Amino acid sequence: MKQLIKKLTETYGPSGNEHNIRKKIKEEIQDYVDELRVDNLGNLIAVKKGNGKKIMVAAHMDEVGLIVTSIDEKGFLRFSKVGGVSEFYLLGQRVIFENGIIATLGTEKLESMKELKMDKMFIDIGAKDKKEAEQMISIGDQACYYREFSDLNKRIIAKALDDRIGCCVLIQTIKDIGQSSNNEIYFVFTVQEEVGLRGAKTSAFSINPDIGIAVDVTATGDTPKAKTMAVELGKGPAIKIKDNSILCHPKVRNHLIQTAEKNNIPYQLEVLEFGGTDSGAISVTKEGIPSGVISIPCRYIHTPSEMIDYDDVLNATKLLTEALISFE
Amino acid sequence: MLLKKLSEAAGVSGFENHIRNVIREELKGYVDEIKTDALGNLITYKKGKKNYPIVMLCAHMDEVGLMITSIDKDGFLKFKTVGGIDDRILVSKVVEIGETRCNGVIGAKAIHLQEAEERKKALKSKDLFIDIGAKSREDAEKKVKIGDYAWFKSSFELFGYNFCKGKALDDRAGCGVLIEILKNINNILPIYGVFTVQEEVGLRGSAVAAYSINPDLAIVIEATTANDVAEVEEHQQVTTINKGPALSVMDMTYLANKLIIKDIIKTAESRNIDIQFKRSTLGGTDAGRIQLTKEGIPSVIISIPCRYIHTPSSIISLKDYNNTIKLVECYINKIQKEGLPI
Repeated sequence: MKQLIKKLTETYGPSGNEHNIRKKIKEEIQDYVDELRVDNLGNLIAVKKGNGKKIMVAAHMDEVGLIVTSIDEKGFLRFSKVGGVSEFYLLGQRVIFENGIIATLGTEKLESMKELKMDKMFIDIGAKDKKEAEQMISIGDQACYYREFSDLNKRIIAKALDDRIGCCVLIQTIKDIGQSSNNEIYFVFTVQEEVGLRGAKTSAFSINPDIGIAVDVTATGDTPKAKTMAVELGKGPAIKIKDNSILCHPKVRNHLIQTAEKNNIPYQLEVLEFGGTDSGAISVTKEGIPSGVISIPCRYIHTPSEMIDYDDVLNATKLLTEALISFE
Repeated sequence: MLLKKLSEAAGVSGFENHIRNVIREELKGYVDEIKTDALGNLITYKKGKKNYPIVMLCAHMDEVGLMITSIDKDGFLKFKTVGGIDDRILVSKVVEIGETRCNGVIGAKAIHLQEAEERKKALKSKDLFIDIGAKSREDAEKKVKIGDYAWFKSSFELFGYNFCKGKALDDRAGCGVLIEILKNINNILPIYGVFTVQEEVGLRGSAVAAYSINPDLAIVIEATTANDVAEVEEHQQVTTINKGPALSVMDMTYLANKLIIKDIIKTAESRNIDIQFKRSTLGGTDAGRIQLTKEGIPSVIISIPCRYIHTPSSIISLKDYNNTIKLVECYINKIQKEGLPI
């Protein structure tokens, strides 16, 4: 599975620009599902048919990034953020555009780091003037971090583990589950999660499932002087109780807990005091859809170097697979 | 002049009946159907042929304003703002209130009576009141009720080189663009012209209108900030007046569909219409709600640059206004001939 994680995390795909990542995911799963379609917003919807419950499983394809808002006379690009990116993570970073152009980030002269704001920063694509820059980049183009996947054996560092790791869990589940579930399962690789859970909203409307499950990353409290949180790397997938977008439905939550216990899969319970996931949007669709979340604990979320534990990924896959088979 | 009528009509969010009547009268005879939905959106329809994409044109009718929250014993009115108003622009402005369009002035403590510290601070709306020249609460209650809306009294005027000034150009200028298009266009594809309510308080009307229409494409016509004043650097200007209609690539509620943006740029180039990009990703528009309606509706925003937006004296250029009409018309014609790019 590590090859898949490397492949997906190193792929370009900030919110609204999911073309490349969608193509790669499509290639991975097309031989394993009964139906595959892309909707108006760009969500990739893969169906495994069945006669049982209609279950929607969502992981978002998009990652945080930057968007070009203007190009100056000397060819420097001004930008805004796409999703939760901090100025402090950006200093000294390299970023890449969809067309493969690599660039670095610079700032105007600052008296102190407190002045480091997005509108004091710029992207340098090495153009000599506006004309040359405009041949390389258009306003509205987006960039994401340019970083390699690193395998630390038990642990993995990469950009965009949020939420390519969720995509990997879904892909592996599609392959593992084979014909062993009677449920009709909609695996949805959603778009625009990082800017407001948007893809999940429209795809849930069209699918109108009985149950919704999102697979996404969650924060941890296991680093020096971290915000207190009872989630650690390597202690198993986290079954979400709540975040700012959802109070997980007891039916779904308890089913996940029981599945973990029955199959001896390690798990932790997650109470996240900030952030949201696709399940939040799914749960309030139409007449309301009972929803829950399986989270992969992840350090340094939204930086170019997010870290996860590989065992957590394997156990999340097992938990999702078993939960989908046993849901009645 | 159409823009004058639209700008001077009353229509704070939730109180859109005056402006709605103005627009309905204006469009009588030019559209095939006209109706008002449960939230108050004015939905007009120009028939087209089957098998053509359904296009929804959208502009919001409502404007920012005030709501009366209490009347004190001396007959002064306290109020809350409705929509995004900078408290600092309120003092000494003339307003009209409620169905009777009663005149009032937003008052504050005179400068002579303020302590040195008070003078340094901008007055908050809670420190202000509206004076309608009443003798007492009973006298005031004859003209004004709690819950009445108030809006800026500001006459629409042409000035300078092709500029115009008025209240509520956000988004009456957009309504004007829509009306001109609905009057003039010789369409083959079905067009819904939707004038939405309650945009300024949370993009509310558009959500329900899009739900009932469920079009193949929505084009939202807006007025957006032009901060091209004093010594603001270009990348912080958001838009520049007189440089043409602005395309949005992203805002807080919306990400553009690149294929549609490219298609519109091509249209503008082929017809020699100057366009610009909005150089800020703040704010939100009806497009944000429309694109997430039902299974997702492709949406695009075309904006008229507007200085001093959300004040009694907003300014647009008639050149930008006319070019916006032209661009949208040309784009609809392109879709009629070539279909949608998605």
